[in-house]
Amino acid sequence: MSVVKIPPVLRSYTGGEKEVPAEGSSVGQVLTALAERHPDTRGQLFGEDGALNRFVNVYLNDEDVRVLDGLDTPVTERDTVVILPAMAGG
Amino acid sequence: MPSAAEYMRSVKEKVREVDPKDARDAAGLNGASANGAGSGVPARLIDVREQQEFEESHIPGATHVPRGYLESRIEGAAPDRSEHLILYCASGNRSALAARTLREELGYENVESLTGGITLWKDRGYDVEVPRALTAEQRSRYSRHLLLPEVGIEGQLKLLDAKVLLLGAGGLGSPTALYLAAAGVGTLGIVDDDEVDVSNLQRQVIHTTDRVGEPKVDSAETSIHAINPEVEVVKYNARLDASNIMEIIEGYDIIVDGVDNFPTRYLLNDATVRLQIPVVSASILGFDGQLAIFKPYDGPCYRCLYPSPPPAELAPSCGANGVLGVLPGTMGLLQATEVIKLIVGSGDPLVGRLLLYDALAASFTELKVRRDPECPICSRDPESISEEEMGVFPDYEAFCAAAG
Repeated sequence: MSVVKIPPVLRSYTGGEKEVPAEGSSVGQVLTALAERHPDTRGQLFGEDGALNRFVNVYLNDEDVRVLDGLDTPVTERDTVVILPAMAGG
Repeated sequence: MPSAAEYMRSVKEKVREVDPKDARDAAGLNGASANGAGSGVPARLIDVREQQEFEESHIPGATHVPRGYLESRIEGAAPDRSEHLILYCASGNRSALAARTLREELGYENVESLTGGITLWKDRGYDVEVPRALTAEQRSRYSRHLLLPEVGIEGQLKLLDAKVLLLGAGGLGSPTALYLAAAGVGTLGIVDDDEVDVSNLQRQVIHTTDRVGEPKVDSAETSIHAINPEVEVVKYNARLDASNIMEIIEGYDIIVDGVDNFPTRYLLNDATVRLQIPVVSASILGFDGQLAIFKPYDGPCYRCLYPSPPPAELAPSCGANGVLGVLPGTMGLLQATEVIKLIVGSGDPLVGRLLLYDALAASFTELKVRRDPECPICSRDPESISEEEMGVFPDYEAFCAAAG
């Protein structure tokens, strides 16, 4: 299983978990598995059309999935999916 | 025992001396290309005099290796022992002694000593460089920088000439301002319309308990001058917005972004891309920090990374959610480090990379950030970015309404 890193602002939707293991062979499947396990994350990650929200950055290891194949990017068990929030605190 | 004069004569018999005219040709300083041994590689001039003499004037392009440090520093200055070296001093004695040492003790094969030293060189009317020097007080204050080859006098002079604008004298701006002032950054602009509140003091270390109620820009200026009275502080007791941003930021070399809201971060991005000013950006929340440099057209901009801001419920501020007091210290000093690297031109700047810091886990993560070829701002010619569209993003009005 791959691991999804949950940013602080989303941890209230995952019961405080920082890393959630999730099954799937693509980034989209892994995030869907996360949303099934923690349904409150769904609305934060995906729009009504099922696409990733524009304000959500998703990385496979250290690379933005937008420059890979987006939600279709293949994921192996050793990969980490990072959900990156924009922050503005100063 | 020989007399001093006899001794010098015997030393000079053992080294090759070179006339200023030939030295000038070999070093490629005659206006034409070097003709040193037909190799095309110019000879390296090495000034073996004391610091003060070198600072008064030296031959252009000369490397300074004082004779007292000759053995320990020559390898750093001239690692290749077959390189053609021409040593000089004031009149040709110290350079002859140094040339003998290099040849006989250290195995340098192609060493010469300039006949008559820089005195004869000047008498012939050849060019010398009179460098800008640091004052004695500055040499002492910045001595630990001067010892670093990556900074040195040149780097310190760049720092003294630099103009850096700090957005916010808050959590991030406080440590950044203190250390940049200590480092000798010549001009520090500070934009903040807030006053010091007692709740700031848990992290905003530039302010003090007895200055609660003072404008933050005044309090920051007091602390900066207490550390380094030489820094010129330019205060903007204002909130950065579309009406004043171009006027405030123009003319600064680097901007340090520590602002606490998304609309200003987008506005800043667009204005700095237009003016092509690099931004060293950090943000913090809770126990987490992010850091990146947005250097227009060399790397991605803020919009390449974050095309649109999160909804208000996912964009809490430190005021609402809390922040570990030392976290902005850590992130602010990483910003200050990147600012200094950009100014002196050393190291690998954090361009095209995003550094994440998780204080609870004590871990850093680095992510790649790429330029977006379809970026609404930095994919375009800077002149074409109009003031009307600066800072505007999708759903801007709804965002601002929700954010209150």
